Amino acid sequence: MNSGASSTGTRSPPSAPAVSLTPAELLESYKTMVLSRATDERCLTLQRQGRIGFYVPASGQEAAQVGCARALSGDDWIFPAYREIGVALARGVSLERLFDQFIGNSGDLSKGRQMPNHYGFREQRFVTASSPIGTQITQAVGAAIAARRKRDPIVTVTFFGDGATSSNDFHAGLNFAGVYRAPTIFFCQNNQWAISLPREKQTRSATLAEKAHAYGFDGVVVDGTDLEAVYGAVATARARALAGQGPTLIEAQVYRFGPHSTSDDPHRYRTDAEVAHWKETDPVQRLKQRLSAAGQLDEPRDQMLWEAARGEVSRALEAAERRPPVEPASFFDDVFARPTPRLEAERAEFDALVQQGVVKP
Amino acid sequence: MTELTLVQAVNRGLAEAMRRDPNVLVLGEDVGVNGGVFRATDGLLKEFGEERVLDTPLSETGIVGTAIGMALYGLKPVAEIQFLDFIYPAFDQIVSELAKFRYRSGGQYPCPVVIRTPYGGGIKGGLYHSQSTEAYFCHTAGLKVVIPSTPADAKGLLLTAIQDEDPVMFLEPKRIYRSVSGEVPDGDVRVPFGRARLVRDGTDVSIFAYGAMVPVASEAADTLAAEGISAEVIDLRSLVPLDEAAAVASVEKTGRAVIVHEAARFCGFGAELAALLAEKALYSLKAPIARVTGYDTPFPYALEHLYLPNAARVAHAARETVRSG
Ligand SMILES: Cc1ncc(C[n+]2csc(CCOP(=O)(O)OP(=O)(O)O)c2C)c(N)n1
Repeated sequence: MNSGASSTGTRSPPSAPAVSLTPAELLESYKTMVLSRATDERCLTLQRQGRIGFYVPASGQEAAQVGCARALSGDDWIFPAYREIGVALARGVSLERLFDQFIGNSGDLSKGRQMPNHYGFREQRFVTASSPIGTQITQAVGAAIAARRKRDPIVTVTFFGDGATSSNDFHAGLNFAGVYRAPTIFFCQNNQWAISLPREKQTRSATLAEKAHAYGFDGVVVDGTDLEAVYGAVATARARALAGQGPTLIEAQVYRFGPHSTSDDPHRYRTDAEVAHWKETDPVQRLKQRLSAAGQLDEPRDQMLWEAARGEVSRALEAAERRPPVEPASFFDDVFARPTPRLEAERAEFDALVQQGVVKP
Repeated sequence: MTELTLVQAVNRGLAEAMRRDPNVLVLGEDVGVNGGVFRATDGLLKEFGEERVLDTPLSETGIVGTAIGMALYGLKPVAEIQFLDFIYPAFDQIVSELAKFRYRSGGQYPCPVVIRTPYGGGIKGGLYHSQSTEAYFCHTAGLKVVIPSTPADAKGLLLTAIQDEDPVMFLEPKRIYRSVSGEVPDGDVRVPFGRARLVRDGTDVSIFAYGAMVPVASEAADTLAAEGISAEVIDLRSLVPLDEAAAVASVEKTGRAVIVHEAARFCGFGAELAALLAEKALYSLKAPIARVTGYDTPFPYALEHLYLPNAARVAHAARETVRSG
């Protein structure tokens, strides 16, 4: 992997970011990354215990996610996939809200409608995710065009994986963004695998970033395990977008340490040796070393951070497990702004079935 | 005969067809090295190699479009779409192309592609790993639509699908992939399209179901039997072509009909079946036709147990029809 951002394009290579992260911001970022990792570790166990139904881990991708989120303004809009817990945490989404969503209880802003990891938080400008791959990409372009039309000085950022670069929406989204010079950042986390398909079987292109050139704008490759490099690449792309210079595709090269999801068995398609090799550049360890070298972190302090993170995870989980479930008939809500007569009739039919004991909530 | 689960039967059906005909190949996401996310294609890569088992990039339109091209050129592609919920990027290829190639070419270009895809709820899959949208495909002229509910039918209908001259949507009830097992004939034993399966003989009410709702209907019939109500259970298994004669004959016998499916009720397959019974068996009906289905909402996650039809709801509806006439 290369360190720092390198433009694979011929046109206007990105200039160095005007600002970089302060020591305090680096430490904050590290805490967020530790919290993200600690949540992953806990959730994999919780899924095995049946306390949550499913989980999509983000381990290995923390620097890419947190570094990107850090370079954005709170007003920028996020169009995520389902693996962006680091982004959500960096945007200030509370761990309790995340656990409410994992459980699908009455505290879940999405009212228990979706599988774990498919969350959204309007307050944090974090648009609710779906499962179909790539669909958010064109939507981010539309929102960017809308923001410009409204003269709002923001960018939209869409997150997706290497697999998503084969989707219809990736190509349509990049094309539209190029045509309209939309202030959008396409943030691709190339974690080397799309479930069992390795990156080199996803596309014959040497890099994913170079796909941007065909659509008429810059694509850059960045080492996604290097928080500051990611930060710099995103800050540059953001400044260019706001200056009317159009979109950027950023390919953050990372590795998915865990399974694709708790339904996946990666032993069927990749070796432990490969995983071990990539774990040598663990983004969390990497930032820890950086902070230690700068005298901002030592072992005891690091231990404390981890304990604090694990404690926070436990408290959020326990609070979420105490919260009551969603109301039984609530799945009839939000189909439309106001229910149709037909839906009202179905709801009454459902209520009657509950009353008669035919259906047991 | 071999005792197999439903997903194993799919696997054996694929292997059987591939052994018999070198033109048969499979393609889809994660179908090769990984053997499919549900393991339906497990072992096929090893036996048949990369030329006949294609791990594709993440593009459903790519999968279906190339399968169409292969079929036009004389191969017999069996495409896997990982979940029915993810088929929509290929909807244009299916609806505008696959379904219409024979027709628009005046019969010059038949297009015998099989699209296999797991569908349905009951696995805590939320909005996008649970849907039953078979009606979209049934509504499109030129597509056959079949849904097995037993391991024997899974293999037998799949073998028929692969030999069929027309495109076939082969929908697999993932909820019972492993929970149902049964005896499956060895070899090339096919189950014809267009014939319903009589699951259980009865005289008071006909319960029509398919896929994962067949075991639910059978459970309801057990409950009803204990109360002295004799329910006939019919597994439609082939929605297009539909065994109209079997449906009509059953209602002529029992005089009552309960239609069960997971899909939303409005414009669901049950609406078509109810219309058929109204057109062809109205004078045999002693009570209004009842439908037990998913509600007209998206598929919920935490509350899926309340959304999905269960045996109690089916039995309740059957009881009401018996009571009302
Ligand atoms: C349209 C569509 N097809 C298939 C799937 C099933 N699926 C879920 S995730 C995934 C792989 C995604 O890989 P990538 O885009 O690299 O993202 P990652 O999961 O590695 O973060 C697949 C095939 C899906 N969700 N949507």
